[in-house]
Amino acid sequence: MVEEIFSIRKYLRNLKLPFCPGCGIFTVMNSFLRAVHNLGFENLKSFVFCSGIGCSSWISSPYFIADSIHTIHGRSIPVATGVKLVRPDLNVVVFGGDGDIVGIGLSHFIHAARRNLDILVIMINNMVYGMTGGQVAPTTPFGVKTTTTPYGAFEHPIDAPKLAVTAGACYSARWTTAHPKELRESIEKTLRMKGFRFIEVVSQCPTTIGRRMGFKNAGEMVKWFKEKAVPVEQVEKMAEKELEGKIIVGEFVEREKPTLTENIQSRMGRLRIEG
Amino acid sequence: MRVEIRISGLGGQGVVLAGYILGKAAVYDGKNVVQTQSYGAEARGSAAKSELIISDEKIGFPMVRKCDILVAMSREAVKKNLKDLKKNGILLIDSSYVKSEVKAEAKIFKIQATHIAEKLYGQKIYANMVMLGALTKITNIVNENSMEQAIKNVVPKETIIKNIQAYKKGIEII
Amino acid sequence: MKMVKPGVYFWQGNEACAEGAITAGCRFFAGYPITPASEIAEHMAKRLPQIGGIAIQMEDEMASIGAVIGASWAGAKAMTATSGPGFSLMQESIGYAFMTETPCVVVDVQRLGPSTGQATKCGQGDVMQSRWGTHGDHAAIVLAPNSVQEMFDLTIKAFNLAEKYRTPVIILADATIAHMREKITVPSLEEIEIINRKKPEADEKAFFGFEEVPPMPAVGEGFNVPVTGSTHNEYGIRFTADPMVHRKLVERLNSKIENHVEEIAEVETYNFDDCKIGIVSFGCTSRAVPEAVEEAEKRGVKAGYIRLKTIWPFPEKKVEIMAEKAETIIVPEINLKQLFYEVERASKGLAKVVPLNKIGGGELITPEELLNKILEAAN
Repeated sequence: MVEEIFSIRKYLRNLKLPFCPGCGIFTVMNSFLRAVHNLGFENLKSFVFCSGIGCSSWISSPYFIADSIHTIHGRSIPVATGVKLVRPDLNVVVFGGDGDIVGIGLSHFIHAARRNLDILVIMINNMVYGMTGGQVAPTTPFGVKTTTTPYGAFEHPIDAPKLAVTAGACYSARWTTAHPKELRESIEKTLRMKGFRFIEVVSQCPTTIGRRMGFKNAGEMVKWFKEKAVPVEQVEKMAEKELEGKIIVGEFVEREKPTLTENIQSRMGRLRIEG
Repeated sequence: MRVEIRISGLGGQGVVLAGYILGKAAVYDGKNVVQTQSYGAEARGSAAKSELIISDEKIGFPMVRKCDILVAMSREAVKKNLKDLKKNGILLIDSSYVKSEVKAEAKIFKIQATHIAEKLYGQKIYANMVMLGALTKITNIVNENSMEQAIKNVVPKETIIKNIQAYKKGIEII
Repeated sequence: MKMVKPGVYFWQGNEACAEGAITAGCRFFAGYPITPASEIAEHMAKRLPQIGGIAIQMEDEMASIGAVIGASWAGAKAMTATSGPGFSLMQESIGYAFMTETPCVVVDVQRLGPSTGQATKCGQGDVMQSRWGTHGDHAAIVLAPNSVQEMFDLTIKAFNLAEKYRTPVIILADATIAHMREKITVPSLEEIEIINRKKPEADEKAFFGFEEVPPMPAVGEGFNVPVTGSTHNEYGIRFTADPMVHRKLVERLNSKIENHVEEIAEVETYNFDDCKIGIVSFGCTSRAVPEAVEEAEKRGVKAGYIRLKTIWPFPEKKVEIMAEKAETIIVPEINLKQLFYEVERASKGLAKVVPLNKIGGGELITPEELLNKILEAAN
């Protein structure tokens, strides 16, 4: 079998990418654009990308040849809400980091899932505030030293995919950068789905947290993700103690429900904004 | 012509609605109108008032300072607002609640508004319409037809008939 | 019922604001409940679906302004309404809308702060928040209605200015004007000027420069527009270190408003260039002024006034003209001197500027209080 020759360059502006060597964002960017390509999108004209502040928010802005709205910190989902309500025909995708989506923007994340806003949110979870130099995040593993937890993190991390399920998401999954194939398939699936869809990608930031956690390079960290990953299907059989420090990967929910736009349409009888 | 009116009572007596209807009727008459209102944080039972300035001229300061007409639907309302009634102004009192003698240099009209509303229309809430009827008849500041039109356009459909009846009763008893 | 019919109405200020927005072409509203602005959201929720628009209650004010910005980039005219506390929460995004040249309208129905203060009472304490609420160098357009009629008229003007200059426009209303009812005349649509944003030609690529107000595409139109609150070049590409790119962008964003003060800043005047005692006021407080001036004139004091329909950009030339002849300029406001210093600055020492302040309980400055101040100043 001959592999189709594919370069993500056709979707990218001719600009130098700003990410550090070894950054997990490259994997996410590749997986997303590969998925888009596999689905037959020749360009990104039917997409609108919204992102906030943080390294992951730079995935789409301004590198994708597409409409992209790079918002203030934490407000990418509200902006996406406005876009989607006015133009329900467009594919609205949000890229953001863990700080952006479930730190400062957590309330919007929950409410968008509750409303079943028809968007795909891809959260790159590097477990730290990377852009600002490695401060503790709501996703930092317990005990890990960061610049603002020099004696080790004394809080437990948030489980975003589970939260998305509880809040009402139509799809929720977690992968790591050690699962590029699964991630791509997940993106392909969700781009064909409706409703609020959420994918968390546990990703390496070798520059900040990787070093502090004792990894020599990005490769070691990705290897660690692979070792720590437990498929969600196995979780039920495992004791709580066994799960400590593990990364549960897989699909947490997949379901169909009327979307916000559909609910508005059925209540109001109108959808597209005129004039 | 320029008239300043204060309709005062307790939350739940419909004083704000009465002010709104009176203002709307005056607008139908081609007058300039400003209506303001104030009430306590509780929806029911605290002091409430609705104020109107009705004028042929442009209205500047929107608040009623000294009123030409005072409608008082409770004892507290009389106590609190009488000082703001102009000398020889018009005072309308709901005598269902205000039983004691009111001393004021004013033309005083005692109207059994709540009593009539309850007896004839089965609910105290129509007292405001009885008062509006009486007010229209006594002061002539708005056209009676405009008032009827305003009531019809403001109150819930199913209550129009009773509201109009109560309003007309107010005219009749003067 | 679709568009409101021309005619005479007896509306509440907030209702007039909502109808003004709809008349101006607003088809998206996002908001969060707050006294004394909630009636705008309620009215929009009822009315917008009737004309093919959408109104949504968001989880907070930050989300509300965010959704408004998204809707604007999707091509809709969009608005939110709030009061002081919510206005504070929106400030970061107002700066973003300024930086990204996103037309939108934000209504701040002022109440009595600071903090929760006397939440249901009227205040005028957001004069400076409306100007300097967000960080960084920015220009602001802030309109101040003083009647129900102006809640309608100035809301239309706010949308027109937002669309024309591609910038957020603030309506600085207050609890008194927003909650009172007044007679209002709705003109026919032919009599109302409606301005829409300039759209790009099919081959255009520069949506953030090269001209004072560049054209604005919507997302989904194939322009591949990158929108960012970071410093960006004419094509929207982020430049976070180049001093020239920043200087050029931010200076243009400021000057596109500052160069048009005469056109944007609207005032109502009476004897302003030939009075002994001048008054500069805005919003609910200005309703006491004509009566006080008339009474002063009856007592032989030549008085005049400037009433700001636009607070920012500040019509400083008008104030300077007043100061040339006037001995004293009185600045009544229901805050503790916010507009006062601006009037003092614009007077350039040509006239004595005195404050008249009153706060608490939503009480307005009465014509009598103002008259006393005028007479005191005249003697």
